[in-house]
Amino acid sequence: MKPDTYFIDGNTACAEGAIAAGCTFFASYPITPATEILETMAKRFPEIHGSYLQMEDELASIAAVIGASWAGRKAMTATSGPGFSLMMENYGFALMTETPCVIVNVMRGGPSTGLPTMVAQGDVMQTRWGTHGDVGVVVYCPGSPQEMFDMTVEAFNTAERYRLPVVLLSDAVVAHMTEKVVIPPKEELDIVNRKKPKNSPEEYLPYCPDEDLVPPMACAGEGYGVHVTGLTHDERGYPSVDEKTQTFLVTRLINKIRKNSDDILKYEEYKVDDAEIIIVAYGSVSRSAREAVDMARAEGIKVGLLRPITLWPFPEDRIYELAAKGVKAFLVAEINFGQIVYEVQRCTDGHCPTYLAPRMGGSIHTPEELVERLYGINEGKEGSN
Amino acid sequence: MTENEDLELFSPGHRACAGCGEGTAVRQILKIAGPNTVATICTGCLEVVSTGYPETAWEIPLIHAAFENSASVASGVEVALKELGKKEGVNVLAFGGDGGTFDIGFQALSGMMERGHDVTYVCLDNEAYMNTGIQRCSSTPYGASTTTSPSGKYSIGESRQKKPIAAICAAHGIPYTATASISHINDLKKKVKKAIEVDGPAFLHVFAPCPTGWRHGSDDTIEIARLAVETGVFVLWEAIDGDICDLNVTVKPKKRKPVEEYLKRQRRFGHLKEDEIAKIQAEVDKKCDKYGLPERG
Repeated sequence: MKPDTYFIDGNTACAEGAIAAGCTFFASYPITPATEILETMAKRFPEIHGSYLQMEDELASIAAVIGASWAGRKAMTATSGPGFSLMMENYGFALMTETPCVIVNVMRGGPSTGLPTMVAQGDVMQTRWGTHGDVGVVVYCPGSPQEMFDMTVEAFNTAERYRLPVVLLSDAVVAHMTEKVVIPPKEELDIVNRKKPKNSPEEYLPYCPDEDLVPPMACAGEGYGVHVTGLTHDERGYPSVDEKTQTFLVTRLINKIRKNSDDILKYEEYKVDDAEIIIVAYGSVSRSAREAVDMARAEGIKVGLLRPITLWPFPEDRIYELAAKGVKAFLVAEINFGQIVYEVQRCTDGHCPTYLAPRMGGSIHTPEELVERLYGINEGKEGSN
Repeated sequence: MTENEDLELFSPGHRACAGCGEGTAVRQILKIAGPNTVATICTGCLEVVSTGYPETAWEIPLIHAAFENSASVASGVEVALKELGKKEGVNVLAFGGDGGTFDIGFQALSGMMERGHDVTYVCLDNEAYMNTGIQRCSSTPYGASTTTSPSGKYSIGESRQKKPIAAICAAHGIPYTATASISHINDLKKKVKKAIEVDGPAFLHVFAPCPTGWRHGSDDTIEIARLAVETGVFVLWEAIDGDICDLNVTVKPKKRKPVEEYLKRQRRFGHLKEDEIAKIQAEVDKKCDKYGLPERG
């Protein structure tokens, strides 16, 4: 779509964001509520000479994306919970092999087939720990169709800059909601491309990192040796199945995110400065939470909202800081039975109580029910979570 | 084929679209399979329209497994029933849509056939992902417009030929493989009976038009299905022990109708120009020649 202001849904905005970021390869498998991303890509890709592959399942979808990334394309797949579960092995493979790509997961109610057409936020910890082994991950959680566009661009940039599969964790409400979306002119978009080796093919070590812990990436056919394996590998990329190589490699993969987390981390605050109670909410729920903040403030309760935009890395220092400086309580509103709440609890380090406003999926919290909880917390009527 | 005619194991009142071919197919198949049947189904239209409690249409034990798993879960059911000594006289039926069979469930199906489970696998083929809103599948025929193979300036719609799923299944050497259509119910029922009676895996590929996705009138379903057979677009055959070199074509039209008669009734093919129709006709002619069907009339 040409740079302009549009009235479109989140999934369309996501597809347009990918195209704006330079994505020319998309492999996916139809699944509600992510299907509009496929449909938009199928329609739009012939115009931009992109490759749209509809695969036979989600295992194949992410695998094709990994292959395309190593052939030198910016690649993406889109799915929902059941498909995301199938992708877990290759999510780990892409993390281990440092393959830049983007995985969109539009969350619906689970477990299993669950609520195919309805919202939930149950896949949060799956993005963090769903694949086996110890990993460092980056997950964006958009809260509007505009952010579906912006965060898809950002997800590609982070994937390319830090060489990893980045997850865009949306939900059925944000994906299907129609709102104003501004598609900026190309020159206003900051687009990052993976760094290429500067040394000669003879000197090139494919997994030898620069100071930022990210190794330059040579793709197939660029004159450099390319040897990709999910086995524990040394700087040459060859399997070296021993403790020393494992420690060196996995430590670097985790530190690559940890040590760059100031650059990656993103969150938004609303009326937090003088807040005594802080709601932590992300994705669609953050919209109700924002309304709840205003409603509670009208009743004289000092409430603020902290909205993580990256769920991983998590704004842990900021939450600790707020807890330590005397915030009375945190209230975490999420459409699950408590996932991010334990992160918040960990970050407060016992300085104040953390409460949970859970929801099992199917709809988002109403501002009114959050305000109810805020009254209770404010009057000291709630037991700690 | 009248012994179970009054038996309704797939109850009316389910939520299939008006004119849905799948509903007709399942109803007739269960009449033959009878009450001593355990069914597995996977995600797809069939699950969505027939299992919503308390309106479940199923009068027999049913497991709705994940999308790719109908054949694997059926394998487990079959072995467990055998081990418990309860398999005698019990039929295990695995249902899958075309997506759950041709694409995501293909590996599970191949494994089920290779291991030789006594399961009848029924693929209900409506030639695209209808449940999620008409996306292409490897079952989608050449030239069909779907939401992920849209026809337009750069595309004629689906650009590849339909995967020959029944022949691939037969190539596993399973005791019974057949294609069938809801337009030829007696042929379908005979094949269900044979499939259930053989000891070992059987595969039934059932052609089931979808008015919503194919964009034809909901009262045209059977006619469209019949036209597919009469034009040779969908050939009804059976193969014993996987012998596809000596398969038995069970319904032979006396005179083959031109494919245009089949295509023009469906808006998913509405964009096709004469030269594309000629291309499809040539492919169908080649196939019919192979199956020994009569020349086009």
